[in-house]
Amino acid sequence: MKLRFDRHARRKLFSHGITVASGLTILAVLYPLASILYESATRGGRVLFQLTFVTAVPPNGCSIIACKTVGVGPAIQGTLILIGIGGGIALLVGIPAAIFASEYRTRGLGRAISFTADVLAGIPSIIMGVFIYSYFVLYDPTITFSAITGGLALSAIMIPIVVRTTEEALHTVPNSMREAALALGISKWRTTLRIVLVAALPGVLTGVLLAVMRGAGEAAPLLFTAAGSNIFFQGLNYRVAALPLLIYNFAESPYSNQVQVAWGATLLLISLILIANVFSRYMLSRMVRKMSGGA
Amino acid sequence: MGATKMKVSGLTAFYGNKPAISDISLEFPDHAVSAIIGPSGCGKSTLIRCLNRMHETAPRARVAGQVLLDGEDIYAQDPTRVRRRVGMVFQRPNPFVTMSIYNNVSVSLRFNGHHSREEIDRAVVRSLEQSALWDEVKDRIDAPAMSLSGGQQQRLCIARALAAEPEVLLMDEPCSALDPIATAKIEELVSRLKKEYTVVIVTHNMQQAARVADFTAFLYLGKLIEFGPTEQLFERPKESLTEAYITGRFG
Repeated sequence: MKLRFDRHARRKLFSHGITVASGLTILAVLYPLASILYESATRGGRVLFQLTFVTAVPPNGCSIIACKTVGVGPAIQGTLILIGIGGGIALLVGIPAAIFASEYRTRGLGRAISFTADVLAGIPSIIMGVFIYSYFVLYDPTITFSAITGGLALSAIMIPIVVRTTEEALHTVPNSMREAALALGISKWRTTLRIVLVAALPGVLTGVLLAVMRGAGEAAPLLFTAAGSNIFFQGLNYRVAALPLLIYNFAESPYSNQVQVAWGATLLLISLILIANVFSRYMLSRMVRKMSGGA
Repeated sequence: MGATKMKVSGLTAFYGNKPAISDISLEFPDHAVSAIIGPSGCGKSTLIRCLNRMHETAPRARVAGQVLLDGEDIYAQDPTRVRRRVGMVFQRPNPFVTMSIYNNVSVSLRFNGHHSREEIDRAVVRSLEQSALWDEVKDRIDAPAMSLSGGQQQRLCIARALAAEPEVLLMDEPCSALDPIATAKIEELVSRLKKEYTVVIVTHNMQQAARVADFTAFLYLGKLIEFGPTEQLFERPKESLTEAYITGRFG
């Protein structure tokens, strides 16, 4: 009796095995996402849909049932201010840098920009926070903990993302567009701004959106800069609240109401990031379809 | 041979250190169609791209020698001004994907200098009529350019080039991505355009050269082998290499 399978059956078995194994890895990827969504929805959902959640200040610690869980108003406001500052800087620095890196690639500086963006993207975000912190401690300690330094720290996270996605978006614009414009006697910078950048705009905006959402979720760079607060915005040179910092501070609180607020904030943050991701993917696919010639 | 519109002398074009064409000299006559033929990789496209300074837009590309337009060296002038006088149509239709038909045709007027709305409207109609596209698009002038068929898109690109009012029109294998019917339309168009423009057309299709061109240049391995009236080049070639190519013995 032969113990060996014949070659064909063995191959078939192997093929099925690989299919099942790769199916399992998909589960391994999806499980954490599903689990996070489920947990934060069940635990945070109740808090999130209270009317005061987005307007009221966060609660003091309280462990009796009668305690009303209140809101995360200052953190929402602070996060909006911080990503506004950070996103604004990232936009002003990142988009021109990416244009230069992509459209003037033959020059050394263009390549240097791409390389720098890649390296920056790999630097742990806490380092960015500490860097900004130490810089201001030395040169202007009065605003070490402020919306300004927080925004700067977030912009350091956002800039490499803006640069890379903008560069990619510019690369999806076919070279024939540039040639067509140049051959009409349109100058290089007009071609870049009014033909290439306009065609790449959905991709560029997607990049900015992704960068902003990434910044919105960062706690580490804010620990030493924005530093968190329980009250509403006082001014650009004061400490400012942020959703990730609130989650960081409340998640390990001994008081159940604060933990609940942390869950609510988690659900809010995740939902925003999820919506932004789906939206940006939709925009990108629409742009790629347009470029490849379909109406 | 009529007056010379463009004169190429001692032209060598490099990609990096490798010359793609070397030491080419010839004269393109005014108000005539000149074809450039030759096997793939012989430098046809490189030569035509030197005539409006598009060659140098490729990385590490450079040019030596002279190209004269009405007696003046184009390499001593601002490239954007040269390109407004010497328009170009590419191998594949390349309308601006984000723009409408109207905006594609009017782009050179809208981006270069100040023109009134009426001037632009007139130029759009005139260019579309010249490129024989007007009747097909006059009812949907604001439709996206990408809603046109391939052949229509190529005629749109011709209209776009003509709207800039060039003196010379360069066409780099304009029919290679088109079907025979669209090709016939473009060829008919080329024959009409020479009344107003000097046309230089690159083609790998010898029949096409024979059909549309008054003069033909034969390029081989980056060198100009022969240039003369089309009839003479096809019927009584002076060079044995030309004869070998047009009779299909190689290439």
